[in-house]
Amino acid sequence: MQTLRLKRDWIYGWLLLLPALVFLFAFTHIPAVTTLLNSFFSTPRGRRPAKFIGLENYERMLNDAVFWKVLWNNLWFAIGTIPVSVALAIVMALWVNDKLAGRSFVRMAYFTPTVLPLIAVANIWLFFYTPGFGLFDQITGFLFGWPASNYLGNPETALNAIIVVTVWKEAGFFMIFYLAALQAIPISLKEAAQIEGAGRWTIFWRITFPLLMPTTLFVCVNAVINSFRLVDHIFILTDGGPDNASALLLFYIYEVAFRFWETAYGATLTVALLVLLSLLAIGQFFFFDRKVHYK
Amino acid sequence: MTRASDMFDRFLNTFAAWALALLWILPLAYAVWTAIHPSAYEANFDLFAPLTTENFVKAWQAAPFHRYFLNTFILVTMILAGQFLLCTLAAFAFARFEFPGRNVLFALVLLQLLVMPDILMVENYQTMRLLNLVDTIPAIALPYIASGFGIFLLRQTFMTIPKELDEAARIEGASVLGVLWKVYIPLAKPTYLAYGLVSVSHHWNNFLWPLIVTNSVETRPVTVGLSVFSAIDSGIEWSVINAATLMTSGPLLIAFLLFQRQFVQSFMRAGIK
Repeated sequence: MQTLRLKRDWIYGWLLLLPALVFLFAFTHIPAVTTLLNSFFSTPRGRRPAKFIGLENYERMLNDAVFWKVLWNNLWFAIGTIPVSVALAIVMALWVNDKLAGRSFVRMAYFTPTVLPLIAVANIWLFFYTPGFGLFDQITGFLFGWPASNYLGNPETALNAIIVVTVWKEAGFFMIFYLAALQAIPISLKEAAQIEGAGRWTIFWRITFPLLMPTTLFVCVNAVINSFRLVDHIFILTDGGPDNASALLLFYIYEVAFRFWETAYGATLTVALLVLLSLLAIGQFFFFDRKVHYK
Repeated sequence: MTRASDMFDRFLNTFAAWALALLWILPLAYAVWTAIHPSAYEANFDLFAPLTTENFVKAWQAAPFHRYFLNTFILVTMILAGQFLLCTLAAFAFARFEFPGRNVLFALVLLQLLVMPDILMVENYQTMRLLNLVDTIPAIALPYIASGFGIFLLRQTFMTIPKELDEAARIEGASVLGVLWKVYIPLAKPTYLAYGLVSVSHHWNNFLWPLIVTNSVETRPVTVGLSVFSAIDSGIEWSVINAATLMTSGPLLIAFLLFQRQFVQSFMRAGIK
């Protein structure tokens, strides 16, 4: 009887899983494997089929100056967006969690960028950055008398301009997770510390911040993935230019595969991205594992 | 801490929170300002500038936005329906059945949280070509239908439901799917709402994959439509582009303002699990 029940459970379990697994394998796992396989072949063109070329694509990648450039850009993009947006998210959450005058307006203002499409966000900011009569130049011109400047057209500032847009879009999203975590912290902890005479600053660093660690881990993992995934706004703001100054890895993969139609090389670059993502995920897990207090 | 310094502290915090909030809303407010005023006032602030809806009318007529909206609507509905169905079944299997390979398969599902379909666009495009689906709405939807995130979220919810309820329903003669339908799904309603809101807003806003896999008016969602519209350098006025931008984000934005509390709670619920 027991074994019969178990066997029936097996069949039900597998049958229930089947539809989801078919789609998962078809669009995630199998493509991941074929990406790896295709990276060892040449790009098929017309009547010429793909042929095995070993590590030639990887050799090309290592010698590709643009690849190193976009990788470097991506590193800067991550360093520029992650700490700032996470710190802003914590500050926002602390404010919104407080009894603040006009709290619902403030919360709405922080969160609104999250519901806007990144493409729409890019359009709004493109107008903001317009040299001469965009709001950015108008404000800096009015306050400091700065001349009109082309932030997006200058290789020095293009990537930073994109980082600003990304922080604006992401901080409110991460705020939500911190808000949820803050509301789960028992108020008695804070009251006990206050009775002991601890100031706001001490309470934050000694009690609130350590208790937020699991959230910080979750948010950071998300932020790292996002720093490789968010490229929509680049299409509108700079199209990767000038001279690849603001291109990121995924954007470059798009260019290689769908503008130059070099799919095999695109697959090779995708492998690099996948390896990078896995290493980062593993690294973060170990880095945070020691510091996180689980409940 | 004295009362006076406490008051001062409170004042400083409120002031800073408001300053940041105003800074945060500024880009959007600016877009709204230009969209509802004639183009002559684009960079010229006059509180009494005449209001107009002309920019929206111009944008609506300049590109087939009605078709783009229809496409996005079909797309989002298709994805949501597919996700609810497949993720519910899979989550139920993981939450309540013992079968060989369960842990390995669950790990494979979670892997999708890291390796998202967007990243595999090169191969997925080849798949769509093989299936002869390029430039169709299902091609945009298919890679997202089995969502690792959705399966995980629903599994966590289903596991919190007491087994006694499940057993009681079975004793009354309900089938496996009957139990799922009558016990689990009704009790997981808040999770479905949360996941639905997150999914709809995510796919309404999605751009890269639809850009790759569509190339005609009949299939393009609004995000791609907007990028095509604003990329034409034929001197379309900024006020018209801003009007189009607001239009495409409009439905979500209005829904958000109306159901702010639910939105925020949904994103929270989807995050903490």
